[in-house]
Amino acid sequence: MNNGSKLAMGIAAISLLLVGCGKATSSTSSKSSSSSQALSGKVTAVGSTALQPLAAKAGTNFTTKNSKVTLTVQGGGSGTGLSQVQAGAVSIGDSDIFAEEKDGIKADKLTDHKVAVVGMAPVVNKDTGVKNLKMAQLKQIFTGKITNWKEVGGKDQKIVIVNRAQGSGTRATFENAVLKGATAVKSQEQDSNGAVQKIVSSTPGAISYLAFSYFTNKLQAVSINNITPTDNNVENNKWKIWSYEHMYTKGKPDAATAAFLTYMNSKTVQDSLVKDMGYISIHDMKVAKDAKGVVTQN
Amino acid sequence: MNAKQRDRVATVVIDLIVAAVVGILLFLLVYILSAGLPHVSWQFLTGASDPMSGAGGIGVQLFNSFYLLVLTMLISLPISLGAGIYLAEYAKDNWRTSLIRSAIEVLSSLPSVVVGLFGFLLFVVKFKMGFSVISGAIALTFFNLPLLTRNIEESLSAVSRSQREAGLSLGLSKWKTEIGIILPVALPGIVTGVVLSAGRVFGEAAALIYTAGQSAPVTNFSDWNPMDPASPLNPLRPAETLAVHIWKINTEGMASNAAQLSAAASAILILAVLLFNLGARLLGNFLYRRVTASK
Amino acid sequence: MEQTNLQLNKPDSQTNEWDARLHHATRATREDWVGRGISYLCIGAIILVVASMLWFITSKGIATFTQNHVSVLKFLTGTNWAPDTGHIGAAPMIVGSFAVTFAAAIVATPFAIGTAIFMTEISPNRGRKLLQPVIELLVGIPSVVYGFIGLAVVVPFMRHLVGGSGFGIISATFVLFVMVLPTITSMTVDSLRAVPRYYKEASLALGATRWQTISRVILRSATSGILTAVIFGMARAFGEALAVQMVIGNAAVMPKNLISAASTLTSQLTSGIGDTIDGTLPNNALWSLALILLLMSLFFNALVRFIAKRGQLKHER
Repeated sequence: MNNGSKLAMGIAAISLLLVGCGKATSSTSSKSSSSSQALSGKVTAVGSTALQPLAAKAGTNFTTKNSKVTLTVQGGGSGTGLSQVQAGAVSIGDSDIFAEEKDGIKADKLTDHKVAVVGMAPVVNKDTGVKNLKMAQLKQIFTGKITNWKEVGGKDQKIVIVNRAQGSGTRATFENAVLKGATAVKSQEQDSNGAVQKIVSSTPGAISYLAFSYFTNKLQAVSINNITPTDNNVENNKWKIWSYEHMYTKGKPDAATAAFLTYMNSKTVQDSLVKDMGYISIHDMKVAKDAKGVVTQN
Repeated sequence: MNAKQRDRVATVVIDLIVAAVVGILLFLLVYILSAGLPHVSWQFLTGASDPMSGAGGIGVQLFNSFYLLVLTMLISLPISLGAGIYLAEYAKDNWRTSLIRSAIEVLSSLPSVVVGLFGFLLFVVKFKMGFSVISGAIALTFFNLPLLTRNIEESLSAVSRSQREAGLSLGLSKWKTEIGIILPVALPGIVTGVVLSAGRVFGEAAALIYTAGQSAPVTNFSDWNPMDPASPLNPLRPAETLAVHIWKINTEGMASNAAQLSAAASAILILAVLLFNLGARLLGNFLYRRVTASK
Repeated sequence: MEQTNLQLNKPDSQTNEWDARLHHATRATREDWVGRGISYLCIGAIILVVASMLWFITSKGIATFTQNHVSVLKFLTGTNWAPDTGHIGAAPMIVGSFAVTFAAAIVATPFAIGTAIFMTEISPNRGRKLLQPVIELLVGIPSVVYGFIGLAVVVPFMRHLVGGSGFGIISATFVLFVMVLPTITSMTVDSLRAVPRYYKEASLALGATRWQTISRVILRSATSGILTAVIFGMARAFGEALAVQMVIGNAAVMPKNLISAASTLTSQLTSGIGDTIDGTLPNNALWSLALILLLMSLFFNALVRFIAKRGQLKHER
């Protein structure tokens, strides 16, 4: 076994080398200060990629204060989040849509915690020359009735529709607000805000829709019926395309999970972090929407 | 056109093809490096990531990539070594062996997202290992096993029969011959295989999104106790790797400089693979000289 | 160990000692048992992994047919893919996957063979020192990076070259071509190197030019190896997801031409799986796509075995 052990030594040498590298580049991360609270436990939040950045950031802040809590935030999609929280595999299931809207999810077994609101708006490539659309026109574009930008006051250019993946929360929100039951024409589908952002800004004649926080100066956000996509217009429901970000729990959450959910709803998170990251605070909403899409004044 | 002319034409065509291939490769490298390197700084390399503000670093991700690679190799190398020896030495040439070979190959051609989901449902959820380095390492092992096994088997079989016969005639067991004589000779080939699969491990994203996870919790690099949750060596902590980080920045990154961050991370990834290739090659040559005592 | 008949008429103590020696395994034999055991264990572990994967995907993949009672034929030939409304015709993705796979293989093969010939026959030294490391490096570029370079470079290029939106099979082909090139090239190099030296020497000694030697002797005797390389490249192309998804447009419609948006099995699987609920039709349907991928990789492997067997009959290694 002599040579075998030499081989093993070689492997060990590599690993030591790598470990050494890691140490050399070690960051200045400071150990979080231990707090007087005895809160401890393990919280895993899985699901919506749209909510992930906010949840991750809030989670980091939360664990800085509660160093005994291990908090993990992962993406994976709203479907994964709802499936896994229903199966009891994770403590929190992040979702872009109401559990009631998904087949196969027993919504009455889950508890909904709305933690933020996301506004979405149509975005087009800058070359199209379109800045405003009527709701009816938007619907006709996505159902394939209008196929050229000149029909809606833009330049003579073919419309390239980039939709979101079937079953995604973003698409469900958009279709509920715009198509109202009509079926979208078969087209390109992408599964992330980043991909849509890149494709729309680089493809002539492209149209899609994005969460407000993904607007860049390389693409044009479109007003609908001359209402601009702003946070204020979402808060009073003048802008119709918006949805909640949900954190679902199954049964009674444990102490750490409950504390984190309370933290998510606190002023610290809602008034600063949520806004800083381009979401809309749940506290600022002047209306409420239920799973069937019925809007009521607060 | 006679044979000589044809020969010349063929040579020119092949040169052109190689030029085209080299051109594509160079373009890719230059494109990635030139887009990324200007945005690389010491702070970027060592800092913690923060995809929101755009001031993100990749220190933890870089470490995670290497750590995951080492763990994956620690799991997969012994297994594929044993399996490679089995196939090269003990397996008879019959339908059963052929079935085993096919089974191994099937593993390598599965789409990574399928392996990722399998790992997610089995290790992360069912075995309650959570999103962790170890779940990721096992998922990556699935890719690695077929590549490494095939490579090891080929390297072992390529060693000439006379070496094997010499060992056996000295009264050594088949196993001892294989480990003591054949393996060292085959080592450079095996190292090449390890490097190639390391490249794949480094670049893999889809399988890790659901297993090693997409978060890089702040780790304390002065804590080297693997049992400690904050220790970088803890195999049960979630570990976003560089490739997953690039994927995440590109798909959901909100920072205004997401494109630069992703370009810089890609450049670092390429450089890391490059360094790893060189390092492993040197190590392979060194080991080869040591174990064969040849100059 | 085997019972031996080597019993001699010796005093009892002697017999016992001989007996002990003969019946007791030597050190080498014991080592061999251990070695055999270890290697069997390893191969067993791998087989366990493969078997569990196969079982897992198959059991999830056939749920569409057993639980949701979709007919297999409808699944394979239907052209309407809208799982949320219960339509699961997978034909557009099947056609898309095959189209990009074959197209990429057809484009990549001449390049790979040319490069491999260069690396083995024309300039082995430069080939090993320069081309080999670069090709190995290419394997390490994550597919997501390929995808975004494709989006930034290939798609606009194709848009100017052939019109349309630039998304489609042709862009996917180009990206996959670069991605499978390292696989096909390095395996072709291996098979060219495996051609016995004396074949080449004999041919050159007969007065054949280098090209005649390469095309009539070396390539011919390496044919099965090259075919294997191409099929492995195709298997990789078939299973690639992230990069293809960015440039093919990912539209679940039957591809009408090379420049309109299409989709592949993997691109639909990757983009949809996170949004579906375990155990529902949309989720099961995606697993059925995975099952098709699995069956295809089984098929590719069977093909490789078949070709390798045919090749072995022609000349021994």
